[in-house]
Amino acid sequence: MSILGRNVLPLTVHASVLAPDWPWGFWSHMIIFVVIVMAFVILMAMGFIWFERRVISRYQIRIGPNRIGPFGLLQPVADVIKILIKEDIVPLNVDKIIHLLAPAVAIIPAIMVFAVIPFSNGASLVDLNIGILYIVAISSISIVGQVMAGWGSNNKYALISAMRVIAQVVSYEIPLALSIIGVVLFAGTLSMNGIVQQQSIPFILLQPLGFIIYFLASLAEVNRTPFDLLEAEGEIVAGYNIEYSGFKFALFYLTEYTEAIAISTIITTLYLAGWKGPFLPPVLWFLIKVFAVFTLIIWVRATLPRLRIDQVMGFAWKFLLPLAFINLLITGVQVVAWPDLSQWVIVAVNIVLSAVLIVAFSRMFRTKGDKVEA
Amino acid sequence: MKLKSYGEGIAKGMLVTMKNAIRDPITTQYPEKRLNISRRSRGNQLVWNKTACISCSMCARACPVNCITMVTSRDENKKLQMDKMDVDTGVCISCGLCVEACPQKCLFMSRDYEKAVYSRKKLKLTKEDILMTDSSKPSGYYSPENETKLPKQTLLIDGKKWDK
Amino acid sequence: MALKTETFILNAGPQHPSTHGVFRMRLTLDGEVIQDVEPVFGYLHRGIEKLAEGLTYPQDIVFTDRLDYLASMTNNQAYVVAVEKLAGIQAPERAEYLRVIMAELMRISSHLMAVGFLLNDLGAFLTPLLYMYREREKILDLFDMVCGQRLTYNYMRIGGVSQDIPEEFIPALKKYIDSLPGFINEYEQLLATNEIVLIRTKNVGILTKESAINYSAAGPVLRGSGVKWDIRKADPYSVYERFKFEVPVGSVGDIYDRYRVRIEEMHQSIAIIRQAMEQLPQGEIQAKIPKVLRPPKGEAYGHIEGPKGELGFYLVSDGSTNPYRLHVRPPSLINLTALKELLVGVKIADAMAIFGSIDICVGEVDR
Ligand code: SF4
Ligand code: SF4
Repeated sequence: MSILGRNVLPLTVHASVLAPDWPWGFWSHMIIFVVIVMAFVILMAMGFIWFERRVISRYQIRIGPNRIGPFGLLQPVADVIKILIKEDIVPLNVDKIIHLLAPAVAIIPAIMVFAVIPFSNGASLVDLNIGILYIVAISSISIVGQVMAGWGSNNKYALISAMRVIAQVVSYEIPLALSIIGVVLFAGTLSMNGIVQQQSIPFILLQPLGFIIYFLASLAEVNRTPFDLLEAEGEIVAGYNIEYSGFKFALFYLTEYTEAIAISTIITTLYLAGWKGPFLPPVLWFLIKVFAVFTLIIWVRATLPRLRIDQVMGFAWKFLLPLAFINLLITGVQVVAWPDLSQWVIVAVNIVLSAVLIVAFSRMFRTKGDKVEA
Repeated sequence: MKLKSYGEGIAKGMLVTMKNAIRDPITTQYPEKRLNISRRSRGNQLVWNKTACISCSMCARACPVNCITMVTSRDENKKLQMDKMDVDTGVCISCGLCVEACPQKCLFMSRDYEKAVYSRKKLKLTKEDILMTDSSKPSGYYSPENETKLPKQTLLIDGKKWDK
Repeated sequence: MALKTETFILNAGPQHPSTHGVFRMRLTLDGEVIQDVEPVFGYLHRGIEKLAEGLTYPQDIVFTDRLDYLASMTNNQAYVVAVEKLAGIQAPERAEYLRVIMAELMRISSHLMAVGFLLNDLGAFLTPLLYMYREREKILDLFDMVCGQRLTYNYMRIGGVSQDIPEEFIPALKKYIDSLPGFINEYEQLLATNEIVLIRTKNVGILTKESAINYSAAGPVLRGSGVKWDIRKADPYSVYERFKFEVPVGSVGDIYDRYRVRIEEMHQSIAIIRQAMEQLPQGEIQAKIPKVLRPPKGEAYGHIEGPKGELGFYLVSDGSTNPYRLHVRPPSLINLTALKELLVGVKIADAMAIFGSIDICVGEVDR
C-alpha cells in the first residue's frame, strides 16, 4: 500500500532481524542483543545518575560527587551497593502481592522500549516495522507499576501520587502520540531505523513545533521537572515509592532513569537524526546526541519550579493538544500538497509557523489561581 | 490568571543558571583544603592560662548552662588555688560569656574545631586538658592581643584564596 | 449515579520536607483540595521563657539566639532593647550604629533564606536556594569575623555590643554591599519573570488587608497585604530615624507580593547599611552598667522590626538579678494564625507554597 510513492503501514507486522545466516542465527542474535541492551541500559542508567549529579551541581555552583573513583565515577556503584544491602522493609498493612510486583511491572516495560532503538545503522534488537507504535504502546505501561506501588503501599502520600500520575500520564499521552505522527508523516515509515534513514536533515528542523510538544509531553510522561508532581518531595514527600526500600526502591530509581534515557534516545532517533553524523562512528554520534538531550533535561530541572496539578492538566489539554492537532494538520498538508517542495522551504515555513502558533496560544492560555470553594 | 510574557522569563532563568554553571564552584574540599577561620572564632573548647588565674570562679558563675565545675581551696599562704576545673564541652554552648567574665583575662576560647571524640565521657575536660600549652590554640575572642597575632580570615567575598 | 466520596486526613509533618522544621499540619483533604487545617506545634519546645527566669539578664541573651536561629542578631537586639528600656540604659552611638548594621545584614540574610525556601517549596530543585546560600554565606563570614560564630552570635550586650568590629570589617562589608544588588538583579532575572513562578504565586494565598490586621500579622506578611506598617518607622528605636528608607508594600496580598516585599526590603536594607557605614561614629561601644544588673521593679515591652515581623520581648522585673517573667512575641507564631484562612480551599501544592511564603522559623514558634 502506498500513497504518493511512500510506503505506508503494511498490513502485516514483521520484524527484520540482521545476520540470521549462521546456525541458530536468530537466537544468537537475540541473546547477544538482549545482553547488549541490558548492559547498555544499566550502564547508561548508572552513568546518567552520575552525570546528572555532576551536571546539576555545576548549575548549583557545587562540585558534586567526586570522592569515589576518578571524578567520582564509581559513586553510582557505591550507591547501588549501599542500597542493595539495606533491609527490605515491607510495611504491615500493604497489599503484599501488589507491593511486591509493582517495581517489576514498572521496570520491565521501561527496558523493553530499548528493543527497537537503533544504536547504529540497523543495530537494534529487532527492527520492527511498527517500531514507534511499539514504543508508544509499551512505554506507558510503566505507570501501571507506579500506580500499583501507590495503591499497594497503603500510604496516603503514595496514593495521592498514584492518582496524580494516572491523570497526568493519560493526558500527556495524546499530544505525545500526535506529535510523533508528524514525524511519521515526513518519514513515511514507522520503523525507527527507517525514520533515521529518512532524515537527510534532522526532523527537529522540519518539525520544530512537534519537537517542542514531544519534548514537553515526554518530560511529563517520565515525570521530570517541571512536571514531577509524581514525586514532588516538597508536597507528597517521595510519592509512590515512599514505602519502598532496598532492592525494590533501587528498581524504581532505575526505572526513573531508564525512562529518562529512553526519552533521550527516542528524541535522538526521531528528531536529531539518530546515529547519523559525519566523521565519528554512528554509535558515538548516537551517544553524543543522547547525552546532549539529557543535558537539556537536566538544565530544565536545575532551573524550573514545579507546576500544580490543575495547571499541568490545563497545559496538556488547552495548550499542547490543540497545538499538536494543528501541527499534524500543517504537516499533513505539506506532505500531501507539496511532496516535491525543497525541504529547506518547509523548514523555514515551519519554524515561522511554530513561533507564531506558540505566541498566539500562549496569549489564550490561562490558569486559575483562585481557591476552590470548599 | 493571564501572563504577560510567553516563555521569555523561563529562557532568561535558564540563561542565569547557565551563567552560574560556568562560574567557579564555591565548595571547599574540606579535609584537603581549609579556610582560615575567624580570628575571633569560638571553638568548642576553652584554653586556660593557669599562672594568671586567681581562682575567683567568675567564669563558672557567668556560664548560663553551668558547664564549668570548679572546686577551690586555700593553701597554707591563704592563697586560693584551683583544685578542680571541669568543663563539660558536651554541654557548653560556646557562648563566650565565661571568657568575657574573667577579670584576669586568663581564659580563652579555642580555635580548634575538630573535636569529635568516640565517647561522651571524653567530652568532659579536666583542668589539665584545657591548660594553655604550646599546642593549644587560643582565639582572639575578647582578647585583642591574641587577635593581632592570628592569620586573617578567608572571606568568600574575596574570591578563591584558600588553596593553602 | 453520584459517586460516594469521602475526605481523608493527611499528616504533613512533623517530619516533612516542606514544613521548615518540625511543624505539623493535620490536613483534611478532599482529593487534592484542603478542607480543614489543624496546626500542631510544640515539637521544638525548649521552655526558653521559663529557662530565662532562672538566669541573669546578660545570660538570657544567649538563649535569644536560639529562638529564631535564622535571625539571631535581631533577636539579640530585641531583647537588649527591652532590657535597656526596663533598666533605663542608653547604649552609646557607635554601638547603636553597629547594631543597625548587624540587624540589617541579618534581615538580608533571613529574607534570602525565606525566598530561597519559598522557591524550594514551589519545587525548584534546590538551585535558587543554593544561590541564596552562597550570598548568605558571605554575610555569615562577616558575622563570624565580628563575633566568632556563624549561627549563634551572642553579639549584643545590655548597653552596647560585645566587641568592636575589626578593621577589616568595613572594607569587606563595603565590598559585599556593592556586589549584592547585582546578585539580587540576577536572581530577579532567574525567577521574577519566570512564567511558572508567576502562575504558581500570583493570586494564590491571598490575605486581605482587613484579615491581615485582624490576625495582627506583622512584617512582610502584613506589608505584602498592603499595610504600611514598619516598627522602624512607626515607633523608631535605636537610630533608625536618621536613615532614609522606604517601606515597600504589596497590593494584593498573595504569595508573589510577599516575595516582592522581601526582595524590595533587601534593597532598602542595603540603603540603610550604606548610610550607617557613612555615619558610623567613633567612640565607646559599651555603656557603663553595673557589674551585676538589677533593674528596678517594673515591666517593659521592647519591640523591633525583625525580619519576620514585630519581634517583642516583654519583661517583668522584681528588682532581682533575674527577670521575673520573660515573654516573647514571636512574629512567626502570630503570622501563622492566618494559616487556616489561607489554606482552606487550596490544593496541597499551594498549601506548601503559602506556608513557605509566611516564612516561619520553628525555633521561634515553639520557643
Ligand atoms: S562558653 Fe559559655 S557555655 Fe561554654 S563554658 Fe563558657 S560560659 Fe559556659
Ligand atoms: S574567671 Fe578567670 S581568673 Fe577567675 S577562676 Fe575563671 S579563669 Fe580563673
